[in-house]
Amino acid sequence: MMRLELVKRPQRSALFSVLSPFIAFALTMVAGAIMFALLGVNPLNAFTIYFIEPISQVWQLHELAIKAAPLILIAVGLSVCYRANIWNIGAEGQLIFGAIFGSIIPVVFPGFEGPLVLPLMLILGMFGGAAYAAIPALLKTRFSTNEILTSLMLVYVAQLFLDWLVRGPWRDPQGHGFPQTIQFGDSAILPELMPDAGRANWGFVFALVAAVLIWLLMSRMLKGFEVRVLGSSPRAGRFAGFGFNRMVFFTFLLSGALAGLAGISEVSGAINQLQPVISPGYGFTAIIVAFLGRLNPLGIIAAGLVLALTYLGGEAVQSALGISDKVARVFQGMLLFFVLGCDTLIHYRIRLIGFAAPKLEGAPKLEEAR
Amino acid sequence: MDITVNILLTIATAATPLLIAAIGELVVERSGVLNLGVEGMMIMGAVGGFGAGYLTGSPWIGLLAAIVVGALFSLLFAVMTLSLATNQVATGLSLTLLGLGLSGMMGTSFVGQPGQRLPNLDIPGLSSIPVVGKLVFGQDPVFYISIVLTAAVMWFLFRTRTGLTLRSIGDSHTSAHALGIQVIRYRYLAVIFGGACAGLAGGHLSLVYTPQWVENMSAGRGWIALALVVFASWRPWRVLAGAYIFGAVWIGQLHAQAFGIPIPSQMLSSLPYLATVVVLVLISRNKRLTMMNTPASLGQPFVPDR
Repeated sequence: MMRLELVKRPQRSALFSVLSPFIAFALTMVAGAIMFALLGVNPLNAFTIYFIEPISQVWQLHELAIKAAPLILIAVGLSVCYRANIWNIGAEGQLIFGAIFGSIIPVVFPGFEGPLVLPLMLILGMFGGAAYAAIPALLKTRFSTNEILTSLMLVYVAQLFLDWLVRGPWRDPQGHGFPQTIQFGDSAILPELMPDAGRANWGFVFALVAAVLIWLLMSRMLKGFEVRVLGSSPRAGRFAGFGFNRMVFFTFLLSGALAGLAGISEVSGAINQLQPVISPGYGFTAIIVAFLGRLNPLGIIAAGLVLALTYLGGEAVQSALGISDKVARVFQGMLLFFVLGCDTLIHYRIRLIGFAAPKLEGAPKLEEAR
Repeated sequence: MDITVNILLTIATAATPLLIAAIGELVVERSGVLNLGVEGMMIMGAVGGFGAGYLTGSPWIGLLAAIVVGALFSLLFAVMTLSLATNQVATGLSLTLLGLGLSGMMGTSFVGQPGQRLPNLDIPGLSSIPVVGKLVFGQDPVFYISIVLTAAVMWFLFRTRTGLTLRSIGDSHTSAHALGIQVIRYRYLAVIFGGACAGLAGGHLSLVYTPQWVENMSAGRGWIALALVVFASWRPWRVLAGAYIFGAVWIGQLHAQAFGIPIPSQMLSSLPYLATVVVLVLISRNKRLTMMNTPASLGQPFVPDR
C-alpha cells in the first residue's frame, strides 16, 4: 500500500505551470486509449478519427471555429469570476437568455430590417445574459445565498422557458407544428467570415477580441488587479477598499453578458432560428475550457479549440465507429480531472511513501496562517 | 381517502432519493468537504444499478451495484481533493460533468430496455390495514432504508464519539490534526459514504421511481440535494423535512400537469428548481443561523504537514 504525500514548494513552479495542461492532455490520451480498447476499438484508429480527421480540411477548421467561439466567449468571462473566487456555473442559462433576448427583433419584429438589426441583436443578447446573471449576483450580495446552487438551478429554469417559448407563443405558424421559431431574416444573420471556404462566422472574431480585451483587463488594469486580490485574499481586498459586493456584480454581469453574446451569436450565426435546444452544453464545457486555459484568456483560446475538437471528434466517432457521441463528454470530463490534478504539481511536490517507512523530519512546522 | 394515500405514497417515492443523497452529502460536509459531484455520482448509480439489474435480472443486485458504483466514483473525488488537495468546487463540478458523460455513454444500449423494479414490501395482514397499512408497511425497500439511514446518521453525528470527531474535523481541520486525528482518513470515509448514498439514490431512480434508463434521468436532483443540506443547516432531521417538502413540490407539479391546469407545463416543471432558489434565499437571509451551523472548514483544502 502506497501513500501520497504533498510537500509544499517554496514558490509556485514555473515549469509545471506551463507543463501541466500538456501532461493533463497526455494522461487524457492514455485514459482515452484504454477506454477505446474497452469499447473494442483499436485506439490508434479511433484517435485518428477523433482528433485528426475532423480537422484535416479547411471547411472542417471552420466548423472547429464555430464550436470554439461560444466556448471561448463564455470561458473568458468565467475565468474572471473564478479568479475572484466567485462561482458562476449557470453560464448555460445565461447563454439561453442571451439567445432569447437577441431573438426578440427577428422573431417578434421580422419586418424590421437593415444594418441596425444585428448590432441591436447583439446588444440585446448581452443584456439578456447579463440580466439573467444578475439574479444570482443579487441574491448573493443581498441575502448571501450560495451562487453555485442558484446559478445552476436557473439553468433548468432557462431551458424550460425556452422550451415553452418555441412551443408556445414564438412557434412558427408555418412550421408544420415543429417546435421552432421562424427563420431569421437576412439582416439578422451573423455573416460568414469567408463564405467560399467554410461556415465560420463573426462569432469567432468576437471570441478572440473578447479574450484579448479580458487579458488586457486582467493584466494591465486596476480592475483586474482588484479581481485577483479579492480572489486570493478577501481580507486583503477589504483593507485595500475593494468592495466584495461590487465585485460579485461585476464578475457576474461580465460573464453573463459574454455568455449572452455567445448565445445570440450561436443562434444568429449557426442555427438561424430558436429551437428547444440551442447549445450542446457550451455553458458547462466552458468551465472546463476556463480551467484548461489556466484561467488565462490567451490560454483559453487554445483550450477552447481543443475542447471544440472533442465535440467534432465525438460526432466523427459516432458516425464512423457507432460509438455514442457522449464519448465527447467523457473526454471533456477526464481532461478537467487531469488538469486539476496536474495543477497540484505547481504548488506541491508529490512524494510516494510506503506505510512501512515512517519518517521524521525534525520538528513539525507551524501551520501556515490562512 | 385512497387518492390521499396514493399521493402521500408518490410523495414519499419522490422524496426518498433526495433524502438519501442529501443525508450522504450532509455527512461529507460535516467533515468539512464540499462535494458538488452529487449529481454525477447519482446518475452513475442510476446507470450502474439499471445495468446490473438488467443484466442479472435481479433488482437487488442492481441496488447493490448502484451503491458500489456511487462509492467508487466518489473515490475519484476523494483522491483528487484529499490526496492531491485540488480545488473542491472545481473537482466536484468535473465529477458531475464526467458522470453525466460516462453514464450517457454506458447507458446507450440500455435506452428503451425494460428494467427491473424492486418489489414493494408486502406483509400479509399488516399491509392491508386501511390507510396506515400501505403507508407504513407497503412501500419500496429503499424508503425504509432512507428512514433508517437518517436516524442512524443523526445518532452517529450527535451521539457517538466518532461522530463528534468527524464534526470537529469539519469545524477546524488544523486543530483536529494537532490533536492527532487522522483528518484525511476520516474525510476519505465520509466522502465514500456520501458517494454510496448518492449511488443508492440513483439506484432508487432507475430501479423504483421509473424502472428504466433515461439519459440525465437525475434531472438536477443531485443539485437539489446539495441545496437541501444548506436549507437544513446541516441537521439530519431538517433534511428529512426538506426532502418531503421538495417531494411534495415535485409531485404537486406533476399532478397539476395531469389535471390540465391552464398553466404551461414547462412553468410547472420549473417549480422545483425555482422553489430551491426561493428556499435557499429564505434560509440564507438569516445570516447568523447559517454562520452558526456551517462547518467552518467547509471547502478548504487541507494538507497535513508532519
